[in-house]
Amino acid sequence: MESTVAITATPTVETKLRAEHISMSFTRDGESMPVLEDINLEVGNGEFLCLLGPSGCGKSTLLSIIAGFLSPTSGEVKIDGEIVRGPDPRRIFVFQERGVFPWLTVEGNIGFGLFKLTRAERDRRIAHYIKMVGLEGFGKSYPSELSGGMKQRLEVARALAVNPDMLFLDEPFGALDSITRLIMRGELLRIWEAERKTIIFVTHDIDEAVQLADRVAVMSARPGRIQEIVNIDIPHPRDINSARYLELRTGIFNQSGLAHHL
Amino acid sequence: MTAIGQEKRSRQSAWSVRLRPLAFIAVLLVLWQLAIHRAPGHFLPSPWGVVRGLADLTSHGLLVKYVVASLFRVTWGFTLAAILAIPLGLTIGWYRRAEMAFNPLIQFLRPISPLAWIPIAILWFGVGDLSAIFLIFLSCFFPLLLTAINAVRNIPAVYINAGRNFGLSPGALVYRVLYPAVVPQLIVGLRITLGIAWLVVVAAEMIAVNSGLGFLIVDARNAGNRYDLVVAGMVLIGLIGLLLDIGMRSLEKVKSFRWSYSEE
Repeated sequence: MESTVAITATPTVETKLRAEHISMSFTRDGESMPVLEDINLEVGNGEFLCLLGPSGCGKSTLLSIIAGFLSPTSGEVKIDGEIVRGPDPRRIFVFQERGVFPWLTVEGNIGFGLFKLTRAERDRRIAHYIKMVGLEGFGKSYPSELSGGMKQRLEVARALAVNPDMLFLDEPFGALDSITRLIMRGELLRIWEAERKTIIFVTHDIDEAVQLADRVAVMSARPGRIQEIVNIDIPHPRDINSARYLELRTGIFNQSGLAHHL
Repeated sequence: MTAIGQEKRSRQSAWSVRLRPLAFIAVLLVLWQLAIHRAPGHFLPSPWGVVRGLADLTSHGLLVKYVVASLFRVTWGFTLAAILAIPLGLTIGWYRRAEMAFNPLIQFLRPISPLAWIPIAILWFGVGDLSAIFLIFLSCFFPLLLTAINAVRNIPAVYINAGRNFGLSPGALVYRVLYPAVVPQLIVGLRITLGIAWLVVVAAEMIAVNSGLGFLIVDARNAGNRYDLVVAGMVLIGLIGLLLDIGMRSLEKVKSFRWSYSEE
């Protein structure tokens, strides 16, 4: 094993989230199918963690459990020391399948979670986040009038508008073309550096993980387990041609048992 | 070609597209008139005869009376069915257990034609408006109930999860996510069901009442083979059905309704 790949990593900052012995199995046609097996994970406050794994390894299931949409078969997730028992507006999930509400305008979507605020405060936040994600001039547009990348930015804006502590992103850029995807990664990093939310980002793309994350949790195929956790010790903005970048990327490629030659 | 010339041309072609179906209908009417003229008989009344029949109805004050009578019954039957079936269907669709309890009964009652209920309608409500309204209600109730159940079940889970994630109360989840998510499907269901109601009112009026467009058709035949009035009644039914459909379609054009999951 190369020395550059850290097997375990303890975040130096305070722990935000702790997943303890999470196991999950689904019952299909009367048979129990294990999806996740004994997942242990710690995420520090303000950290950007990527869950990386092949399709079907249960990484999205793990994220749904962390977000409180699913209850694990055994084990528990604690956030700020509290056991997660359901979804919470302090932690917003950004969906793989574009969860923006098609019946609301851009403004309506961003304001969706702001129902407890006064009108003036709500309008101020909507304007702020429209600007942050670069949707100026589209406030009155409906999602069907936006491109895929714009819809994804809208969903991120809707999530940020409620000022959550954590963001859960489930392959948010998977459906975008490769150029838009690169731009969106840059935008996400820019927003993360500005707002310092704790982010858990699910992806099956090794490059994406190494470009974005502080740490990458590499998962094995089903039943999903955390194989190793890799520290990405390159400061942003990252040079994706640097020796260190390629070294880390190669380390994860080897770890996942993938070939370098096609 | 100049821009002005092009614009003129496209305006002309837009007109011709709109006029084409009307021109086609006019040609058919002329052929019909000619055919009746060449071979007069009892096959069909001529278009001109139908027009005179309509004028006849108007002069006796029956045209407006019958149209209003039919629309009155459809409005009541359809509205009552919508008021009951939609909330019930949304509830059944939302709670899986309710669906399991109701589904066998719904599936059993649904294939029974509303016309099969005519004797029971007359037994319960006598010959009159109530019977006809009841039959229209029945014909609308089950399609709307199923539309509402399926509409809820088809809501993508991400919308419900997103709503829960933002901390909506159950009540807020219903009116801020569930309701807007089902509206487009409900509008399609309402449009189809209004068409069914308009079909059923004619049948109901042939048996259960003595006014309305269905009654007009049966009565015109029974009271002296006035086939001009029979066809006049058919023409009116077609025209009003078309207008009802256009009215429902205009709802589909509302912007916050005009989206569908497939577009995503």
